[in-house]
This record gives sequence, structure tokens and C-alpha cells, in this order.
Amino acid sequence: MEDQEKKDIFESIWHFLASVKLAIFVLITLAASSIIGTIVEQKAEQAQNIALLAKFFGDSAAPTVYNIFAKLGFMDMYGSWWFTSFLVIFSINLIVCSIDRFPKTWRYIKTPQKPMSGNAIKSLPIKKELTFKNGLDRVKDAVLNSLKASRYHVFEANEDNSVRLYTQKGKYARLAVYVVHLSIILIFVGAIIGIRFGFKGYLNLPEGSSSDVLYESQTKSIPLGFQVKCNWYETTYYEGGDMPKEFQSELVVIENGREVLTKVIEVNDPLTYKGITFFQSNYGMMPNARGKFVLDITPAGGQEKRLWLDFGAIFEIPGTGIKGRIHDFSPALTRDRNTGRLITYSETMVNPAVAIEFIPPQGNNFVGWILKRYPETGVIPGGHSIKFADYWGVEYTGLQVSKDPGVWMIYLASIIMGIALYVCFFISSKKIWVDITGDKKAVSVIVGGTTNRNRLNFEREIDKILAHVSEAIEGRSK
Amino acid sequence: MNSSVFFDISAGAYIAAMITYVIYLVVRNNTVSLIASGITIFGFVSQTAALAIRWVHSYDFWMSSHPMSGFIEALLRGAPLRNLYESLIFFVWSIILAHIIIEFKYKNRSLGAFVTPIAAMALLFIDISGTSKEIQPLIPALQSNWLLFHVLLSFLGYAAFGVSFGAAAAYLIMVTESKKEIPYIIGSVIIAIFIIVLVGMGIDFMSLSAAERGQLIQSHFLKASFRSASGGIAAVSWVLAIAFVFVVWQFGLGLKKVLSSLSMTHTMLDEIEYKSIAVGFPLFTIGGLIMGAIWANSAWGKYWTWDPKETWSLITWFVYALYLHARFVGGWRGKRVAILSIIGFVAVIFTYLGVNLVLSGLHAYGSG
Repeated sequence: MEDQEKKDIFESIWHFLASVKLAIFVLITLAASSIIGTIVEQKAEQAQNIALLAKFFGDSAAPTVYNIFAKLGFMDMYGSWWFTSFLVIFSINLIVCSIDRFPKTWRYIKTPQKPMSGNAIKSLPIKKELTFKNGLDRVKDAVLNSLKASRYHVFEANEDNSVRLYTQKGKYARLAVYVVHLSIILIFVGAIIGIRFGFKGYLNLPEGSSSDVLYESQTKSIPLGFQVKCNWYETTYYEGGDMPKEFQSELVVIENGREVLTKVIEVNDPLTYKGITFFQSNYGMMPNARGKFVLDITPAGGQEKRLWLDFGAIFEIPGTGIKGRIHDFSPALTRDRNTGRLITYSETMVNPAVAIEFIPPQGNNFVGWILKRYPETGVIPGGHSIKFADYWGVEYTGLQVSKDPGVWMIYLASIIMGIALYVCFFISSKKIWVDITGDKKAVSVIVGGTTNRNRLNFEREIDKILAHVSEAIEGRSK
Repeated sequence: MNSSVFFDISAGAYIAAMITYVIYLVVRNNTVSLIASGITIFGFVSQTAALAIRWVHSYDFWMSSHPMSGFIEALLRGAPLRNLYESLIFFVWSIILAHIIIEFKYKNRSLGAFVTPIAAMALLFIDISGTSKEIQPLIPALQSNWLLFHVLLSFLGYAAFGVSFGAAAAYLIMVTESKKEIPYIIGSVIIAIFIIVLVGMGIDFMSLSAAERGQLIQSHFLKASFRSASGGIAAVSWVLAIAFVFVVWQFGLGLKKVLSSLSMTHTMLDEIEYKSIAVGFPLFTIGGLIMGAIWANSAWGKYWTWDPKETWSLITWFVYALYLHARFVGGWRGKRVAILSIIGFVAVIFTYLGVNLVLSGLHAYGSG
């Protein structure tokens, strides 16, 4: 008696977990609750969300509402216990309902199709009847040929004065929906592998420096197992404006003191070494950093020479006696439209410029601004050219660093899901039965079928098959 | 040759087609429906030419800033699917394509009256949102081979969902017996809100100077009406809007007579509503969600970050998954699933526009 009760409880729990009602409830709940996290800024500063809430609830109520929301986990809701629980219920529902329904589908696929009598066919959802004034064999051949032309593999059973044909196509397509469910579970598994065995972090590397760790947070570092060095970082811009064209860094992987790999990375083109991937994520200037001015100097008609200079350093244009001194620097130089004065319009190196005080052997000193993005500004009287190649060592490259051993499973599951979705919606499982009854003079043909989707298409297909039959028979008898 | 001429021709043709389809609903003359189809196809050909020309132009544009690019790379980077304007134009193209396919398949020209308005609304939105129509340089984040496939498949999916929405709306009108039925109330209110928001943006547009129009969405959205600094104007806007919702609800069923006198049956509408989702759902899952995630992983090292755009695509996906399960296993039929199709398309619009307008995220290229 007790066992029976236990079994009943187990069964009702099982049915509940397998039910469509639960699926509908979970889908609605996930969809509706996900909205919250797109409105409340996630993992943001407290003040930012209080300001946001003040718009809806007023200044006085906002802090209280914030506290309630924070307690409910809305400020980091996709990682909250209750959202995770819904995802777990979603997965359980997927798994249980698949296990619950699978045997029935499998039996359907594995049960051999049996011939059907004319009367049985007439009770099918799709049925057609035709009569011919021809012999049984001739009609049977015509039907067989027409079905074969539509790529059906036909079986036949013979009775006294009738032939029964039966065939099916696409029965395995009925499994596609289980494969879709499985692929969703695989995606979750891939995500869990990634969270459990991988890491995500960042690393800000100043030009010229290297690191053997990355940072998960300001206080937590993770060893890389090798060293990564940033040779240089550079933003390039589209001509005639400040729209960035590319963010690039040259990275070097150093292992046991040896340089093993060098790559210029950019957005959408990261560097991967030993499963760890470095993505170009952002960049910035280091406060109070002193870098080197990299100048390419070409005296008129002479050879180009690269110099690395400190601020205030004095250099000479070879063979000319003209000296230059690094006089000033601006990360973003422009001319003010109203006053005509030169101003710096940004703290980042949007339009870097160096001012050089030129000291000719005779005559007066003069100061010229040379812009990195406009090399023509570096041509001075006498045809000598000074190109401002870089102000090196003041920028850092912001790298996103991640190791995700679960990502291959996500990709695999995605491919499986794509194929299974296609099969699920566009390949139907169809069965056709034909009963041909009659003698040498007249026969009646009864055709019927079942399908799991696209009934109208299937009806059209059967009509076409029958049209071929009529054509074959009547075309010949004429 | 300039592509904008062809775009203007196609926009004009679609609006003319919409009017002709509506006339057809009223006069029920076959010649009128043939003219409507003809205008639509003419507009479609013209828009296809415009897209091709724009593609050639942005190919050249890319080559001029990246002379070292190969042919395929420039072709992929130059695909005209790179900002709000281009994606909306492509959405219109896709939905008209779907419409033409359905017309030929079902030999029925009535659904046009429900699909062409979606295209016309999108075109109207392009103009009044003041979004830039120039070919712009591609920012580094978008310089990926995934751009073309991700956007292309997503928008084909969106267009299929749009068709389903049109069919669901027509279906609801056809099968509703009384104005007090909840699915009808929800459907009519949603459609009324669509129109109100567009009209509100139209008022914004007219109240702004040409220079300010480019910033309509970012800084002037509905500020000439509902969000007006003057309390009076805001109050009047709300009263008018509520009155309009009421009128749509009250008289929307009037279309029922018109629809029932046409050769359109509610079974056919129900089938189009489902089939469009059957086409749209795999496209959106593969192109929108999966390719988007793969792209995000190859650009930022995170395939899923729950940013608003991703989350809203997932919400959209949940709604359509709900539609399919409710319909096939849950035994939901008719009006209940039609409402899900309508809600699904609202989620699509919010995923695509709402997130860019109201929320922010990695996809916030709407400012272009």
C-alpha cells in the first residue's frame, strides 16, 4: 500500500515535470523576468540605479525601492539564485519531457508499417479515391511507378482480388525535436564547463611592459603560465575625422625567456596561446607617464633615420646643422574655430601632435607643430621632413583575457541545433497507404496518408502522384 | 548612379501599393488587386537595384580606406547591412519578398493590405527618425565576417515574424465575435500603440529644425507630445492617444465584414501565421542568437553577457518557443496563439529598436 502511494507521488511529480503546462509557465516566467535586468543596469554603481529608480518612484522612495530590488537580486539578476533556479527548472522540464515522450516516438519509428484495407484507409485524415476501367496489374504498376518517381520505397501485400501498397518517408525526422532539446542542454553543459574550468579577466598592459598574470578583479590575479608583452598600441582613424578605423596592439608571447609568438591583434582578431585568448578590448593613457618621442627624420634628398627622444631632448637633422628640441606635446590638437588658437580637445591620443623648436645655424628659432595623422605638417623650410611616428610608452592596451574550455561544446551544440531545427520544421514524416481492388476490367484505388506537419503540402503531393497515375493509364489507353 | 533615387522610387511604390491594397479591400475589384501586386513587384525590383548599387558603392568606400583588402573581404565589409538605416531598408525588402512569395503561393491578394503597412511604417520610421542615410565607415567592432550573415539571417527572420504578425492581426479580426474578447482587446491596443508612436514621432519631426532631426531618437523622442515640457500638451496627447486606442478597438471589427467578403479564410491566415514562424524561428535562432553569440565570442571573448540586446533577443526567442509549444503540444489554438504571434513581433521591434532607443548595449549603433 505504502509503495503504491510512493509510486503515485513519484508519478505525479514526474508528470508535472514533464508537462507542457510547466514548459509554458517557465517560458513565460523567463521571458517576463528577463525584462527587469534590461531596465535596471546590471552590476552597476548604486547611485546610478537609484537615479534611474527615482524617475519611476520619486526621489524619496527610490533608495527604499533600491534596497528591496537589491534584496530580490535585481541588481545582478541573471546570476541570482531565483533566476538560476528557473533555468534549472527549465532544463529539468526539457530533460524530463524528452525522456517521457521519447519511447512513444521511438516505438512509432520502430513499429513496421502494415498494409491497410480500403475501409481503414478511408478513416485517415487525408484520403482520395479513383476508379479505372483497366486491369489490376496495370493500375498497380502505374501507382508503383508514380510512388517510386516521388522517391518512395514501396512495400506490397497481395490479397485475393486486391493489392495493398504502403510506404513511408522521413520517419526519423520525428527525432529532430529531441535533438533540439538535447542541444539546448549541451549549451548549458558547455556554459557550466566554461564557468567551472575557465576564467574571464582583463589585463591592462602599458606599451613596452609585460605580465605573467591576468586579473579577475582588482584584488584577484590568475597566473597565465607564460608572459605576454605589449610592444605597442595604436588607434588608427578614418581620414578626415575622428572615427576610429582600428584598435591594434602588437603582443608577444614569451615562454621560458624565449619569444614564441608575435601577433598584431585587433577587434575581431584576437591572439590565442595554450587555450588562453587575448582580445583587444579598450585602451587608454597612463597618467603622468613619460614616453619616448619617435621621430623619422629625412634631410632633403637624404636617408630616413629613426630617433627615440625624451621630452626636451635636442637632436640634429643629419648633415644640415639644423637642431631641434622637443618643446611641447598635445594628445589631441586642433584649432579653436572661434579664437583660432591651438587647443587640446581630448585626453586620449585622438590627434597627437608634437611641437618642435627648430634652431637653425643662422637666423631665428621657430616652433612648428607636427601632427602624427598629417605627415605633411612635418615638412620644414629646406625640404627636410620630420615624421612624428609615435609618442611611445604612454598608452596601455586593455585586453580581455579568457579561457573557455566549454566553448567548443557550445559551437557543436549550435551546429546540431541548427540542423535539427531545419529538420524539425521542414522535413515531415509521411506515410502513404494504397488499396487497389478490382478485377481485369475495373479497379478502384483508395489512397490515404498521415503526416506530422505541412498537411496541405502533403495533400498536394498525393494529388500530384495520383495525377501521374491517371496520366500513365489514360495516356496509354487512348 | 545614385542608389537613393531607386530607394525613393521603391518607397513611393510601396506606399502606393499599400493604398491600392486597401482600396482593393473596399472595392473588391480584381484589376485593382493586380495593379497593387504590380506596383509592389515594381517597387521590389527597384529596391533590389538600389541595394545592389549601394553594395557596390560601399564596396568602393571600403576599398578606398582599406586598399589592401581582398575582393571577398571588401564584399563582406561593404554589405549594406551596417547601420540602422540599412538594416531597416533590408527589413522592408525582406518583408516585401515574403509578401510576394505568399501571394504567389496562395493566389490571394488580400493579405497585402496587412503586410504592406508594416513595410510602409518601417519606411516612415526611417524618414522621421532622421537616421543618417550616408554610407559610413565601419567601426572596428563591426569589421567581421559575421556581420553579413548575422544581420542577413536575423532580418529575414524578423520579416517572417512580421508577416506572421500581419496574418495574426487579420486572423483576430476575422474570428472575433465580440469586442469584449480579451485577445481582440490586446491585439487592437497593440496596433493602436504602434500607430500612436509613429504619429508622435511624426509630430516630433515636424516640430524640429532640420539640424535637430538627426538627434530625434536620442534627445527628442516624443518630446513634442507625450513628454512635452508643457503639461498641457502632454495631457492633451495622452487624452487623444487613449481616445485613439478606443476608436481602434471600437471600429477595428468593421474590417471583419470586408475580410469575410474576400476569398481569405481564417484557416489560411492561421496557416500563414504558423508557417511564417516556422520559417522565422530557425532563421532567428541560427542567425540572430547563435551567430550573434559566436561573433561576440570571437570579438570580446564572451558569447553571452546578458546585455540588453542579447537578453531581448532571448525574450523574443522565448515568446516564439512558447508559441510553438503552446500550439503543438499544449493544444492552444486560434486566438490564443494569434496573440502570441502579435506579442512576439512586439518583442522583435523592442529587440531591434527599443533596445537602441531606450536601453543601451554593445549594439547601440542606432546613434548613426
